[in-house]
Amino acid sequence: MATANDPNIGFSERLNNNRNLLGLLFMVPAAIVLLLFLTYPLGLGVWLGLTDVKIGRPGVFIGLDNYFWLFEDKVFWLSVFNTFLYTVVASIIKFGLGLWLALLLNRHMPFKAFIRAIVLLPFIVPTVLSALAFWWIYDSQDSVISWILIEMGVIDQTIDFLGHPNNARASVIAANIWRGVPFVAITLLAGLQTISPTLYEAATIDGAGEWRRFRHITFPLLTPIIAVVMTFSVLFTFTDFQLIWVMTRGGPINATHLMATLSYQRAIVGGALGEGAAIATAMIPFLLAAILFSYFGLQRRKWQQGGRDD
Amino acid sequence: MSDFTRRDVLKSSAGLALGTAIASPALVAAAKAWAAESPWQPEAGATLRVLRWKRFVQSEGEAFAAMVDSFTKATGVAVRVDSQGFEDLRPKSAVAASIGAGPDIVWTIHADPHLYPDKLVDLTDVAGYLGGKYGGWYPIAETYSKSGDKWISIPYVFSGNFLNYRISAVKKAGFETVPDNLDDFLKLMQNLKKNDDPGGFALGNASGDGNCWAYWILWSHGGKVVDDNENVVLNSPEVVAALEYVAELGKTFLPGVASWLDGHNNKAFLQGACSLSNNGISIYAAAVREGMTDIANDMDHAYWPIGTTGRPLEFHVQFPMMVYKHSKYPNAAKAFIAWMMEKPQYDQMMQGSVGYLSHSLRAYNDHPVWTEDPKRRVFKDTVDRTIPYSYSGKLGYAASSVFADFVVVNMVAEAAGGSKSPKEAAADAQKRAERYYKI
Repeated sequence: MATANDPNIGFSERLNNNRNLLGLLFMVPAAIVLLLFLTYPLGLGVWLGLTDVKIGRPGVFIGLDNYFWLFEDKVFWLSVFNTFLYTVVASIIKFGLGLWLALLLNRHMPFKAFIRAIVLLPFIVPTVLSALAFWWIYDSQDSVISWILIEMGVIDQTIDFLGHPNNARASVIAANIWRGVPFVAITLLAGLQTISPTLYEAATIDGAGEWRRFRHITFPLLTPIIAVVMTFSVLFTFTDFQLIWVMTRGGPINATHLMATLSYQRAIVGGALGEGAAIATAMIPFLLAAILFSYFGLQRRKWQQGGRDD
Repeated sequence: MSDFTRRDVLKSSAGLALGTAIASPALVAAAKAWAAESPWQPEAGATLRVLRWKRFVQSEGEAFAAMVDSFTKATGVAVRVDSQGFEDLRPKSAVAASIGAGPDIVWTIHADPHLYPDKLVDLTDVAGYLGGKYGGWYPIAETYSKSGDKWISIPYVFSGNFLNYRISAVKKAGFETVPDNLDDFLKLMQNLKKNDDPGGFALGNASGDGNCWAYWILWSHGGKVVDDNENVVLNSPEVVAALEYVAELGKTFLPGVASWLDGHNNKAFLQGACSLSNNGISIYAAAVREGMTDIANDMDHAYWPIGTTGRPLEFHVQFPMMVYKHSKYPNAAKAFIAWMMEKPQYDQMMQGSVGYLSHSLRAYNDHPVWTEDPKRRVFKDTVDRTIPYSYSGKLGYAASSVFADFVVVNMVAEAAGGSKSPKEAAADAQKRAERYYKI
């Protein structure tokens, strides 16, 4: 068999058979796409954050001035707080509800496929449409929730869903949860279905109850999927924009401004592109932390980190 | 200003589908005669791209399309019109200015031409021609359009934002009409609340209605964002006094105003839940159009009360037209703008906008749109009562950014909701505004 070192084989043929070089060549298109459409815009965003560029007017390099200013800006810190609250609360609840829903959907029941399809609906509806629907549900005068509660005699005046800071936060978080649960549920359901039933049978024979089967079989085997789905869920939630923009524009008094919405308001609406870019750039460390956490914290099995499982 | 209801949106999309706006033969004949004598003869083979804000009143959009069509028939200049909502229109036109490509003419909003004055064609000759022919420009129109000695835009129209009120509710509260001074106005609002027909102003991030009333409350107490030398003066006794007034006024609002965006008061008013708010003429126009006679007959409009300064200081929106220097056909563009402001066309536009848009040239003060329905009367004086949000500093980036970042709206909302004391709210707003004026 001829090897790459065989002196009887020409240079070009050797090159042709060089797996490393071919591998590199095959990666070039993907690398170009990544550079062009991911690295360049990201780099440009970071660079803009270091300038005082305004929409329609070139800026000059001002170092970290935008960040120093943001550091003293109460509205910015409020948006950081809001973003964290929004992400943490919504992600935890989405995970809990999603897992629960997945476990329920994993059972045998009539119309299984149909019900699973229905569960996906909130995820399929365009965000802007569902945001508009919630906008009506939370309306200060015509909320259907308020109306029902008033008709039932539980309350005597409409609930100010989006007018009070904490109500508004809870309301937008609820809307985000409604939208995000199906994604978590369906993905976890897919994970559940990869778990072999024989494991459960063996455990049952050994006398394991419902909880122990979940704790020692379902949960450990599901962690890889959980890691992936929660990483995505956290990223989506952290960078959410549409729901907030449609329902509150960040109000009342910036109580629901997320970093993404504040960045848009300052950069596009207000024209301060540099400052808006700085806010967006300030999101990157948090996002990286979330990814690293899920990578090292949740993906504890070796094959997930490139090794082999024993 | 998103003073539109869901219904308007539906209607306008239906309007787009019909979208037939063709100039009548008489109009075309007149147009050809005009084109032959126009001081601006379009360049050979000229075509124009016009970018405008998405209309709120369907009939205004139709009138605009017909005027454009007649211009094309008269001059042979093909015109392509694109519409955008404000949030997209403003960054798009700014980017077009900076890269030197895109539309030739933008019908934009606020003082945006002052963000890139050196990218715009000098329109002094057009302004002189129109001003000379139609009784002169109102002073504010000139202020908005001039950068130094040059006119960088043509102040095409203004859009009034005044008090809308239910006549019966105000009468029941012991007033014949909305009082013109601050003390009585507070009393009126308190009585309305007592009678269980409260009024209310938007406290959410409502870029139109929120800004209009927040700047008024500031100015009516002698407060302002900056002084003549562009020093931020929000942390002043006048502003604190304004916010103390707001704190009292806020107690009279109907619940939910804190979350209100631009469309909410239209809806609450049309439902009868709100007896007094600030808005363009769109609430009334909708009530008339939809045959809601109980509301249309029982509502009217009023000026903002005059405060301690003794003169009306109100904020209304300007919609100017500007031409980019990158346009290859500046003469065609000038002819276009002049054409759109000549009497036959401007009449058509005013008629189509049913009071939503107000004139900037004195000759149009007698337009029948202001007399055929007395309830539009107030909007006639829009241009006489408005000052720009940059008051009393210069038009430019800082003033626009403070406006877009809701600095004043947030300050007023904090005081109205009681989340901060008037002093704290003013001090915080001072810091936010200083940032924009620092550069």
